[in-house]
Order: sequence, then structure tokens, then C-alpha cells
Amino acid sequence: MNETLDKSSQTVRDRLSAFVKSFGLPRLIIAAFLLMLFIAAPFVGADFWTQISNTINRFSWNAVLVLAMVPMIHSGCGLNFGLPLGIISGLLGATLSIEFGFTGPMSFVMAILIATVFAVVLGSLYGWLLNKIKGGEMMIATYVGFSSVSFMCMMWLLLPYKSPTMVWGLSGKGLRTTISLEGFYDKVLANFLQINIGNLSIPTGSLLFFALLAFGMWAFLHSKTGTAMTAVGSNPTFARAAGVNVDRIRMLSVIISTWLAAIGILVYEQGFGFVQLYMAPFYMALPAVSAILIGGATVNKATIPNVIIGTFLFQGIVTMTPTVMNSMIHMDMSEVIRVVVSQGMILYALTRKTEAAK
Amino acid sequence: MKNNSPGKKFLTFLGNNSVPILFVLICVFCIPVSGFSPSYLINEIVTRMGRNIFLILCLLIPIMAGMGLNFGMTLGAMAAEIALILVSDWQIWGIPGVVLAMILSIPFSIMLGTLCGKILNMAKGREMITSYIISFFINGIYQLVVLYMMGPIIPIKHSNVKLPRGYGIRNSVDLIHMRQCLDNLLAVRIGGVKIPVLTFLLIGLLCLFIIWFRKTKLGQDMRAVGQDMNVARDAGINVERTRIISIIMSTVLAGFGMVIYLQNMGNIATYSSHSQIGMFCIAALLVGGASVDKASIGNVFLGVILFHTMFIVAPSAGAKITGDSMIGEYFRVFVSYGVITVALIMYETKKRKLKSQSGQQLRLEQEKEAEHE
Repeated sequence: MNETLDKSSQTVRDRLSAFVKSFGLPRLIIAAFLLMLFIAAPFVGADFWTQISNTINRFSWNAVLVLAMVPMIHSGCGLNFGLPLGIISGLLGATLSIEFGFTGPMSFVMAILIATVFAVVLGSLYGWLLNKIKGGEMMIATYVGFSSVSFMCMMWLLLPYKSPTMVWGLSGKGLRTTISLEGFYDKVLANFLQINIGNLSIPTGSLLFFALLAFGMWAFLHSKTGTAMTAVGSNPTFARAAGVNVDRIRMLSVIISTWLAAIGILVYEQGFGFVQLYMAPFYMALPAVSAILIGGATVNKATIPNVIIGTFLFQGIVTMTPTVMNSMIHMDMSEVIRVVVSQGMILYALTRKTEAAK
Repeated sequence: MKNNSPGKKFLTFLGNNSVPILFVLICVFCIPVSGFSPSYLINEIVTRMGRNIFLILCLLIPIMAGMGLNFGMTLGAMAAEIALILVSDWQIWGIPGVVLAMILSIPFSIMLGTLCGKILNMAKGREMITSYIISFFINGIYQLVVLYMMGPIIPIKHSNVKLPRGYGIRNSVDLIHMRQCLDNLLAVRIGGVKIPVLTFLLIGLLCLFIIWFRKTKLGQDMRAVGQDMNVARDAGINVERTRIISIIMSTVLAGFGMVIYLQNMGNIATYSSHSQIGMFCIAALLVGGASVDKASIGNVFLGVILFHTMFIVAPSAGAKITGDSMIGEYFRVFVSYGVITVALIMYETKKRKLKSQSGQQLRLEQEKEAEHE
């Protein structure tokens, strides 16, 4: 509580310089790089508004996955490298919803409902595990994610799915690696209230859906439980002394994070138009982790603006570099730039001295 | 505290060696199902031992220094690949090529190892996740060098190495003239099983080196740092430097190991050979009964045999049982990741238990002292 009081008493200039400081050099470089790409885009023949549309579109696919990072960072569990576990819950929801014969927007609602059940069950187990191994969360989270993805690889083949839109045509069993969502919930959010002006198109529905979840997260963090979560993250001993059940709060944060990851992958799929199974979720945690870090979060502090800025910057670079760099130097270096930027950002965050961690 | 009854002893033995025992059971179950002949199996295992043991041994040194499993060993593998690409472009074949590649990989390995060590010193307490991310980061740099700088900046002459577009390296570089030249020199055949004696001699030398190194001043320092950094610092050991040296040594040895690995394979998958190597080596070490803070040469040998037996028999056993060959493939990937997960969890829970135990002991001692006073 004292911290918030101190903050409001600071002058605007102090806060501005503190903002630049907390924003950090790497983020400024990345933001400047993206700005340069946007300025350069018209000169190399890429249409500015198409580029903006692509960036916003990709933002709307990924934002919820990045939002899933917030609760675990708040409760001091670190960066959720175990995001694939939540994604698995989402995929189970998606495939089961189709298997049960739901179509159109209804399939999206049912996918969310089924995914929620799996996310709560798997999230509880995952949270229980992370409570056993406080201090080593990130490495174990990574490998919990990997093991669950490779375990599900077997399950996708063995589970008795029957729907002809999903299984291999020849053998009639085992799910395909990519499943088209046409006729199910392809663009179900994106087409809602979509705005089209010339080359600019904005997927309003997806953005609204993200805004709703982000607002919910903001409201939650300001509720009594949310404040307790922040307290657990910044000082567990103090929180325990204040009568907070630390393990329960941490478990709750893990469940919320897993659930958001499940919803996040469903939002991603409706924008992308396909369900990707097997090894596809394997490395999905890394872009989300680096996005929130680019947005200004640290290993133990994250806010909703971090999510929005970070996702926009990261997806901006991902969409802009191939087109702009290609036409500028006739080399497709986008993949290399993406890897170096995103992994470099995670490294930067991991090596920074953190106050509460040790 | 200690209970020495045989039943309890047996249970603790089971608990401490649960992973190797589980793997023995998997192998015992899968070998008959897979239907491979014993001579084929032994041949495969011996080949894979020669291929992998050197690489796995390089993990022992950072574990000694308390830095956990070195996921950054991939860096050494990348250094070795760059060296091998250059050597094969210069068309130096056979044993001289292998030796030159090893020598050439040293400067790259030292450079990358220093960088890795310095970054890990900035991230004490979370070395493993950091070294894991470093391997991804350097992979990006590696792609930049191999895909864009080889050709225009680093001269590459031959078109069998270079991409048709004029720069960058092909997806696969052929090492046909180097293929198994170490393994075939001095190779001995015993009942249809080829034993690559020279490779095993090199491995033996490295084992002797590690045993000797543990007794040197530097080795003792590393173990002290691994036990407790603060105590080591008070004892006058330069902790940061010792940790960097341990990572450099591991990276250089990983480079040598990768040269041995690739000469056995006979070709380099330029953009993917190194990416899985860290995971498989670490999984094999853990299968041998090692943990994050304790590993011996015995663990390496046992691990390679058990892990690779599972690796050979799982696809065919899976296909026989379920009728789908992919199941076995996915199963062995799952087991590799699962084993690492379980080992990490056991390590962390043990650490927490020890911490709370030592806390309780301290309290007991203090209470006793208070009573005396």
C-alpha cells in the first residue's frame, strides 16, 4: 500500500523519467526499429494501410496468449514457460467441440466451455506441482509444457475421434496435423463489426473480446484476491504473515494463466482459420514470453499496458520485417531477426537483478 | 535419524535409482516385442555409445561447479559445425580433416563459452533456464553467420557446400570423405559387432582427464563453488572466473564431441543437427541416474546404454503394439522430455526438503544452546 502512495506523490516529470528508465534501452531500440520499418514501408512499395491491418490482425490473434502471462508473473511464479499446457486444454476444447457436432458460432462457445473444464483440471495439477518446487518454476514449467505436448502427440493419434472433418481420410482414425475451421468458428470474432476502409481492415470483434478479458484481468488485480496475489508475488513471507494463504493464491494464478492460454489459442485459431495439432504448440510459449517482456514487463512485474505495447511491437516486427527487409536488401532475414530479438529480450530480462526474487 | 534396517535401505535404494530402474523395465518389456536380433541391437548400441558418450561427458564439469545441466552445450555443437563446414570447403579429408576441425572449433567454442559464462554469472540461481534461452539466442546468430555471412564475408568456394543462390550453406553438408574415419581406424570386429576402438580410446582419455581434473586445484575450486558460492568466495576463490572456466571447458569439449558425432553420422544437417543434441544428451545423462547437482562417469555410460536401447526399440515396439509407427516415435520423444521433467522436479523438491531440514536443525541447536545458558 505504501508503494502506491509514494507513486502518486511523485511529480509528473519524475514519473516520466522513471518511465523511460523502466522502459529500458532494449525496448526503445525495438520501438525505434519498428518505427523505422513503418516509415520505410511506403518507400519500398509496401502499402502502409495493409501493413497496419496485418499488424492489428496479428495483434488480435496473439494478445490473449500474452495476457495469460500476467497472473503468474504477479504471484511470483515467474514467466509461464508452461503455456503449452493451457494451449493443450484449448486444443482439446476445439477438437471435442467439433467432434460433438457443433457448428458456426456455437462451436466457439462450446470450445470455450470444454476448454475451461480441462484448463481448470490441468491448471490445478500444474499449480500444485509449482507449489512443490518454489524457486525453480521456470525451468520445470518449460519441461512440463514440452512433456505435455509430446504426450498429447500420442493422444491425438490414439483418442477415438470420429468426425470426418478432423481424422485422416485414409485410415479413418488419428487427427490431422491441421484442421480447417471453415464452417465452424473461422473468423467468428474477427467478422463481428469488422471495419473496412480502403486497405485498412480492423477485426473489431477480436479486439473487443481481448479488451473484455484485459478489463476483467485489470479488475481482478484490483480486487481483494488480486491485491493478495500481488502481495504474494512481491513478498511471500509478508503475505503469509498478513494471513494470506500463499499456496492457494499461487495455485489460483496458475489456473487463471492456464485458462487464459486455452482461450488465447481458441482466439488465435479463429483468426488463423486452422487448428494446429501435434508439435505446433511446442514453442508457442516463447513468442508470448518475449512479447510481454518487450512491452516492459520484468520477471516479477507485469501490467495490462505491458501486454498491449509488447504484443503490438512484437507482432509489428514479425509482420513488417519480411515485407520491408525483403524489398530493401533482397534477403529474407526476418526469421533471424525475429529469433535474435525475441530470445535476446528474454535473456535481458533473466539477467537483470530482480529485487524480490532472491 | 538414520534407519539401517534392510527393508528401509532397499526402499531408499529404489527411491534414489527410480529412473534407471524404470528404464530397465521399459527396455526389458520392449526388446522382445520389437523383434530385433541381439547382434543388431548390440551393434547399434555400441555405435551410439561411440557417437554420444564424448558429448555427454562434457555436461559433467558444469554440474561439478553447481551450475546445473548445461543446456548451453549446444554452443559447442554449433562451433564444431562451423569448423566442419570450413574444413569440408577446404577439402581436407580423413583424419587430418577431423583433427583440424577439432582444433578450429576451439577458438569459436572459447568465444561462445566465455559469452555464455558471463551471462550465466549475471543470472545466478536460474542458470538452467538462462542457458536454455542462450542456446536459442546463439542459434539465431549461428543462422545469421551460416545463412548470410558465409559466402560474401567468409569465403566459401565449393558449390557442394554453398547454396545455389551464391551465399549461405546448404541444408545438408556431406562429409562422405570423413565418414566414420575415426571409428574405422583401429576398428575391431567381434562376432559381427564393430567396435570403434579409437573413438573409445578418446572417450577413455576424456574420462581419465575428468578424474584427474577433479583432484587439481581448479577442480577442487569448482566443487567448492558448487557446494556454496559464498563460502568459496570467503575462502579466496574467484567464483565468477571459476564458473566461466567451467562453462568454457564444457563448451570446448562439446565441440570435440560434436565433431566425433558428425564424423560418425557422415553428414551435417546444417540448421538442425545441433538443435536437439542438448536435450538428448541431458536426457541420457539423467536416465543413467544422475541428478542436477550430482553426476558421475558411471551415470554417463549406464545412461547411454539404457536411453539408446529405448530409442532403438521404442518405434518398432510401438508399431507392433498399436499398429501405428508414429506412436513409438512420439513415445520416445515424450520419454526424453518426461525424464528431464521428473529429474528437475526431484531435484527441486530435494533442495527444498534439505533447506527446511537444515532450518529445523539450526533451530534445535539454538534451543539447546539456550538451555545450556
